[in-house]
Amino acid sequence: MTEVDARSRPRPADGSDPGQAPSKVTIGKALNLGLRAAMERDPKVILMGEDIGRLGGVFRITDGLQKDFGEQRVLDTPLAESGIVGAAIGLAIRGYRPVCEIQFDGFIFPAFDQIVSQLAKLNYRSQGRIRMPVVIRVPFGGGIGAVEHHSESPESYFAHTAGLKVVACSNPVDAYWMIQQAIESDEPVLFFEPKRRYHEKAELDLTATPVPLHSSRVLRRGGTATIACYGPMVKTCLEAAESAAEQEGHDLEVIDLRTLSPLDLEPVHESVRRTGRLVVASEAPGESSIASEIAARVQQECFYSLEAPVVRVTGFDTPYPPSKLEEEYLPDLDRVLHAVEQSLGW
Amino acid sequence: MQLLTPEGERVAHPHFDIDITPDELRGLYRDMVLVRRADRESNALQRQGQLGIWVPLLGQEAAQIGAGRAMRPRDMAFPSYREHGVAWCRGIDPTELLGIFRGTDHGSWDPMATRFHPYTIVIGNQCLNAVGYAMGQRFDGRIGDGHDSADAEATVVFFGDGATSQGDVNEAFVWGAVYDAPVVFFCQNNQWAISEPMERQSRIPLYQRASGYGFPGIRVDGNDVLATLAVTRWALEECRSGNGPVLIEAFTYRMDAHTTSDDPSRYRLADELEAWKLKDPIERVKAYLHRQQWADGDYFAEVERESDALAARLREYCQRMPVPSADRMFSEVYANGSSAVSAQRDEFLTYLSQFEQTGGER
Ligand SMILES: Cc1ncc(C[n+]2csc(CCOP(=O)(O)OP(=O)(O)O)c2C)c(N)n1
Ligand SMILES: [Mg+2]
Repeated sequence: MTEVDARSRPRPADGSDPGQAPSKVTIGKALNLGLRAAMERDPKVILMGEDIGRLGGVFRITDGLQKDFGEQRVLDTPLAESGIVGAAIGLAIRGYRPVCEIQFDGFIFPAFDQIVSQLAKLNYRSQGRIRMPVVIRVPFGGGIGAVEHHSESPESYFAHTAGLKVVACSNPVDAYWMIQQAIESDEPVLFFEPKRRYHEKAELDLTATPVPLHSSRVLRRGGTATIACYGPMVKTCLEAAESAAEQEGHDLEVIDLRTLSPLDLEPVHESVRRTGRLVVASEAPGESSIASEIAARVQQECFYSLEAPVVRVTGFDTPYPPSKLEEEYLPDLDRVLHAVEQSLGW
Repeated sequence: MQLLTPEGERVAHPHFDIDITPDELRGLYRDMVLVRRADRESNALQRQGQLGIWVPLLGQEAAQIGAGRAMRPRDMAFPSYREHGVAWCRGIDPTELLGIFRGTDHGSWDPMATRFHPYTIVIGNQCLNAVGYAMGQRFDGRIGDGHDSADAEATVVFFGDGATSQGDVNEAFVWGAVYDAPVVFFCQNNQWAISEPMERQSRIPLYQRASGYGFPGIRVDGNDVLATLAVTRWALEECRSGNGPVLIEAFTYRMDAHTTSDDPSRYRLADELEAWKLKDPIERVKAYLHRQQWADGDYFAEVERESDALAARLREYCQRMPVPSADRMFSEVYANGSSAVSAQRDEFLTYLSQFEQTGGER
């Protein structure tokens, strides 16, 4: 299922009342509240990961959950990512709904084998007799001044693998609903969290009806050109659109993709048919990426509407650099606008 | 296994005793004081915003100096990310570690010349790499009969208690055993893997794991530099003479936070820290040097002055470390270069030069 009925949701344990006036929360807190709500609703939901119990995770996303739900529902696991995902698969076979935390993007690779060989394929191999309701949460992307392996954007590897669902949230409201929708899904979901945006705040209305998990959303309407983006780049692109409106009088449409596999490109096609121009923005290296996939599909679907080739503005096709260079590496507001200019200049 | 008690008393051991000259022991003392000072200074530099993060070695000086000083120049070391003391023993200046933590590079030393591999952050990866290197040492005939000769070699790989749970580390144990690799698995059990205590990783003491893989394992007091030196020397000798691998569990304690980003008050008790303070690796050597009259106040003052100078040099160096130029991002991605990457570099540098021309802020 993808829709979550907010009215049936129990009150979150932080004391806030769903019926009360909306309050501002960070993405980190929204995830914490979403996990809590899912755990309260379904006793089979368990959390697994390194340092997620007593410490509450290095980003504190699971703060307080072990205290409230006990050590059998919030597991401080041995330091072994293949173990985390491999054991989660077994628990899922046994009827649990594990939510795994991978501490940083760069540490998912020890689990890669379990994810692509088993998690992704068990439904297929068992002809649907074995479901894999497993969520793998991954703080991803750069911009926090970290050492190596803490700033990666590995989403394309997983989107490339049939059988996995891949999503990325960009704001507190989505974080809150999407994590619950992912947990309620009977399919394995790679859930990417924009770590450099964990502290971004927004009002969270717990009585709202969430949009379906696997749908993209137009966040800003405009007619000059379309920008498709996800995760940490959404904020950058919205700011770029504001700046383009003020400085150049451009009216940019910004679409938050939210779901990377499957892609929900209908809103993008609809938009490109109006604007004739598309820029795809992502932190991940461009080669063989989500951005490439979108470019290919859009040129096929919207060929006669396009006024310019689809422009990708992405991380470079290099390893993530030492952090003093990450401002150069990450597409920033200027590079997004530069890409828009390239499209307009065609 | 212990040769020097926390009170600074020498104790004998039937298998691992060590003859140490006053000069050698003063040297070990100096090593430990200097690496601790470099560690504290780097930690302070992070607090002052000069480094993005620092990974403290505090409390693990004896484990690292003992192991590092047991190695010969030809031996190879594969560190994790906390081995600043081993780096010191390999002749790497503390300034050369700063780039990783300041974000200007991924390690500036020459791994081949120093025989000190780049720091490895992905837990456990380096253990298999070390085994492969050691297999090469064996295949090249650098162990066995001629092991006394100057070209005999072995490898030491460093990892933590948490790392022992990783698949890579367990595979390394299997590979090391199957290929009789001359590799010393040097595990610093500092009792914690970030917030997770040892019990989350193992039911049995870590050194006992070795027997299941078919090689010897030994636990050593990791805060006793004489013991870690003696045991690592022995283990390297075993490896050089074809009796590897060996697992050493250096039983020690992480006296500071996991990194400067960590807050240990959330998960461990101050009592534990207080208890370990009494087992300080440096104090016991100082006490012994005093008792033996192998060093006097002048000597200790001299080491102190030297460590002040090192700290000042580190600080000064750190503050004037240049930011690498943008084209560094694109260099050495492929050993033989890549026209695609070069094209991206050129395009990006052209893009950047616009801002220079207009003097504009990006
Ligand atoms: C594969 C992988 N997973 C997770 C991490 C995050 N991490 C960094 S250090 C650490 C704990 C390591 O503990 P231990 O092996 O005992 O070494 P110590 O830090 O105590 O020296 C963790 C979980 C990582 N670096 N690599
Ligand atoms: Mg440890």
